[in-house]
Amino acid sequence: MDKTQLGEFVKSLKPDAIVTDGKQYTEVTVADTELHSLAKKLRESEETWFDFLVCLTGVDYGKDFGVIYHLKSTRYEHMIVLKTRTSEREKPVLNSVCDIWKGAEFHEREVYDLLGVKFNHHPDLRRLFLDSSWGFPLRKDYVDDINIVSK
Amino acid sequence: MEEIIKEVVIGEQEEYLINIGPQHPSTHGVLRLVVSLKGEIVKNVQPHIGYIHRGIEKMCESITYPQIIHLTDRMDYLSACINNEAVCLTVEKALEVEIPDRIKIIRTIMAELTRIQSHQLFWASYGMDLGGQTCYFYGLRDREKILDIFEETTGGRMIVSYNCPGGLMYDIHPNFQKRVKEFIKYFRSVLWEYDAILTGNVIFRERTIGIGKLSLVDAISYGITGPSGRASGFSCDIRKQEPYSAYDRVKFNEVMFKEGDTYHRYLARIEEMRESMNIIDQLIDNIPEGQYFVKMKPVIRLPEGEYFQRVETARGELDVFIISDGNKNPYRLKFRSPNFVNLGVLNHITKDFKIADLIAIAGSLDFVIPDIDR
Repeated sequence: MDKTQLGEFVKSLKPDAIVTDGKQYTEVTVADTELHSLAKKLRESEETWFDFLVCLTGVDYGKDFGVIYHLKSTRYEHMIVLKTRTSEREKPVLNSVCDIWKGAEFHEREVYDLLGVKFNHHPDLRRLFLDSSWGFPLRKDYVDDINIVSK
Repeated sequence: MEEIIKEVVIGEQEEYLINIGPQHPSTHGVLRLVVSLKGEIVKNVQPHIGYIHRGIEKMCESITYPQIIHLTDRMDYLSACINNEAVCLTVEKALEVEIPDRIKIIRTIMAELTRIQSHQLFWASYGMDLGGQTCYFYGLRDREKILDIFEETTGGRMIVSYNCPGGLMYDIHPNFQKRVKEFIKYFRSVLWEYDAILTGNVIFRERTIGIGKLSLVDAISYGITGPSGRASGFSCDIRKQEPYSAYDRVKFNEVMFKEGDTYHRYLARIEEMRESMNIIDQLIDNIPEGQYFVKMKPVIRLPEGEYFQRVETARGELDVFIISDGNKNPYRLKFRSPNFVNLGVLNHITKDFKIADLIAIAGSLDFVIPDIDR
């Protein structure tokens, strides 16, 4: 499917989703509660078959956190970008997609480690690089007063 | 008749934990594995990483794009040149800069040389992991020749920092083409030794064939890319699927196997060295004259937006994802590093194999630890 067909297909699955035509890929923004069901449908329906989770990125947007999923279909070679945002900054929680793509397990642990976004139903959500006494370094309000990275 | 003799396996009743690393020769760096064993059968492997976590993604948020290039060398230091290229391509894509053929071709040649030297070191150290000391000396003997070519042109041997946004740091050395051709001729004449020493070795084959099988479905689900994924039949070569630089004008085969075991992950890398030499052959005489850089603004600011670039490093797919807010440094920069994702499959494919096989399997995934930790 090309970019516009993908957008229409997502619209038929989730009428609430915001579909934008990005420079490279179709970008879909959905609510955090809707994300898991949409991802599962995109993975399982025969027309889209997004079986390869290419990249999972956590972003600090200031008032909330976002997670961006780059998906690819190895059968049809098309790609799509899913975006979602947590509902709050204090206790950010999203649903895990580990049951859809096994590779998400490490990606989500990394996002939890560096941004502090928790994932429901994750089989093994522990800190990955840092120990539990660290803050969450990729947050924009993280203060690092000894290292050169502080502006 | 009653069975009197009963097989007794020590540790059969209870699982016990063995700690491998962080300082262990066969983990190729500071990777710590906590292995849960029943007898000598591996039941669970938990990687503990982060010993050299430097927070490269965080550092990138406060430095400029030309500075980021130098950090990427320090991720997968065996694919340094390709990592540079990934960031350069993303920045050039965002600024819509047209790159001349000369730069594209030189970048591709350097990338393929990088791939060959990376696989040479893989071959050398993998042989040593499995008890073949000779491999290490043969592998490094040939790898030195590539590093010498790098040194002459870029000034660096491993950490080259050769690509920069808009082109190359310096022009190629006048000897470059001659030496690359000499190397290809030389390496073609000695590559059979690699097969003679290791590939055909009975002990090696016994220890690798059928060990650590990864099915195609799992390879895709875990996102295993690079030679490890292609050994399972997962067609994931970005050079074919989304050609960048000069890959659209060269002919080469995507090395693919169906078996997905340790032996074929090894074989995929040996075959890739041959394909890389074919690519260099097609390009080395066709470097056009011209400038080695495109003039860029002194301060590079990417327009607001999101930019995603995929490249094929020696170990798999490296993605650079830049979210820019229009400033001279990125708002968020994500590296999807191949080793980090490939590590996720280790527990799955080592299950129910012996602890000695763990070393063979982990070696065949060819980890570079700074790329996992970033």
